[in-house]
Amino acid sequence: MAETEIKNLTLNFGPQHPAAHGVLRLVLELDGEVVERADPHIGLLHRGTEKLIETKTYLQALPYFDRLDYVAPMNQEHAFCLAIEKLAGITVPRRAQFMRALWDEIGRLLSHLLNITTQAMDVGAMTPALWGFEEREKLMVFYERVSGARLHAAFYRAGGVHQDMPDGLADDIRTFCDSFLKIVDDIETVLTENRIFKQRNVDIGVVAAKDALDWGFTGVMLRGSGFAWDLRKAQPYEVYSELDFDIPVGKNGDCYDRYLCRIEEMRQSVHLVRQCLDKMPAGPVMTEDRKYAPPRRGEMKESMEALIHHFKLYTEGYHVPAGETYAAVEAPKGEFGVYLIADGTNMPYKCKIRAPGYAHLQSLDFMTRGHLLADTVAVIGSQDIVFGEIDR
Amino acid sequence: MEKERALSELSDYVRAGCPGETVSVEIALGELAVTSTAGGIAKLLRFLRDDAACQFKLLLDITAVDWPGRSPRFDVVYHLLSVVHNQRIRVKVPVEPDTAVPSVTSVFSAAGWYERETWDMYGIMFSGHPDLRRLLTDYGFEGHPLRKDFPLTGYVEVRYDEAEKRVVYQPVKLTQEFRRFDFMSPWEGAPYILPGDEKAKAPPK
Repeated sequence: MAETEIKNLTLNFGPQHPAAHGVLRLVLELDGEVVERADPHIGLLHRGTEKLIETKTYLQALPYFDRLDYVAPMNQEHAFCLAIEKLAGITVPRRAQFMRALWDEIGRLLSHLLNITTQAMDVGAMTPALWGFEEREKLMVFYERVSGARLHAAFYRAGGVHQDMPDGLADDIRTFCDSFLKIVDDIETVLTENRIFKQRNVDIGVVAAKDALDWGFTGVMLRGSGFAWDLRKAQPYEVYSELDFDIPVGKNGDCYDRYLCRIEEMRQSVHLVRQCLDKMPAGPVMTEDRKYAPPRRGEMKESMEALIHHFKLYTEGYHVPAGETYAAVEAPKGEFGVYLIADGTNMPYKCKIRAPGYAHLQSLDFMTRGHLLADTVAVIGSQDIVFGEIDR
Repeated sequence: MEKERALSELSDYVRAGCPGETVSVEIALGELAVTSTAGGIAKLLRFLRDDAACQFKLLLDITAVDWPGRSPRFDVVYHLLSVVHNQRIRVKVPVEPDTAVPSVTSVFSAAGWYERETWDMYGIMFSGHPDLRRLLTDYGFEGHPLRKDFPLTGYVEVRYDEAEKRVVYQPVKLTQEFRRFDFMSPWEGAPYILPGDEKAKAPPK
């Protein structure tokens, strides 16, 4: 038999590919169908958020955070607000703390719903996506009712949240919680024991706990590998220390375990949402410190000082004392951190955004090496990639 | 209180463990920041990762800060997390723009992209990095956008040219000049003299 020359094939995957979860350009080096090397090219959605924030006041900078991980917008705002509050020493009223925990958990539901169902779609299951997106739609209606926007909420403020929930919203969220658990069960019936889903996910993209740490994994990617680490438990912010919830941990560190973690986290989130609604006290949702929070409309009609405060806050903005801090929250995808340097003026001197998906996508080469081309899609799906936060 | 004590103990421990690599330590807002040197960063991070009392196994972030008026101009900042002891640490390395920082990719695999991004955004070189290409900016991009002397609008803009049937690059054309407002209140010590104030010092005519 004559010798044939075997050449590796370089394949361009994306930037417009439904399984790339956005604008990922992946240069794959293939030996037959086996991936030899994966080189993700990112930055196609780079908008220069960090540079823009340096020229905006703190309030103007806040909505940029919605546009990072746009499937769970409020969780990002939370990290930025925590950073400002730490630097300026603002205390948040209790009701606002519960509100934040509540909307963080709703954000987690939004994100996990999107991820689980699209991951299923990547490996061939269409139905969960239809069910999941219907529930997402309901959650986005809640977003709209509380903040006025379905996606880019711009709802959290340094010192609290923008406004209280409208009447009846709490009851509607409770009703949603009851019906939602049924949907999670339905999704599980279709996926968890599904032969095709398991064939595509079990033992695919296995990451040992040691490697997960080495690659800077956080969130589900770390927990799926058997490492029980969650900022809500380890470094509780807001009222998480008072709430009762469990952290699901995987065993094998494969795509399937990460899927199971996300399913269980959704159940825990529903549990948390209910607790927040039950325990939420009445009271203000914004700090009374008029150097950071605008006065009420009624006050402005009577008090000259209130009027001045309002004017100053919405033109000049507040000044944050000089200093630097790193604040992080457990976003649905992992640790979302904000490294904020203030120089005493009304704009951040520097704001570095630590996006969890960035570290996860970086490891794609490590995770897919030796896998088949089709498995790359399953791995990307289980990494929970959203390009808004990776490209910034 | 307990957290503060743990941090100060940790800072003493790091200083004792790596005396040559630790220039100064600072605890502010409940966060520990260690200043190191470019030459010693890899050794310090390895110590922080492997020492039983530190165990900072997670490298969360590498970035830089530009201080144009200062010498050395940049700080390279590393954020680490210890999931064993539930502690965070920040390591800073002051560098000049033309000196290379040794890459820490051999210590943490996660450092790869963070160093690429820092090179892309600030133009800080990392020696020994296996693949120091630009990461976030366009192919063929020039300049380092997060430097303070880089304009917010950039230098080039792209558009699709109908005649040439391709995307073309051209210099940025602003229809309105970029406005940067001065918010420093003149009553709270602005660094300039208000118009008319010079008359106060002038001798009476």
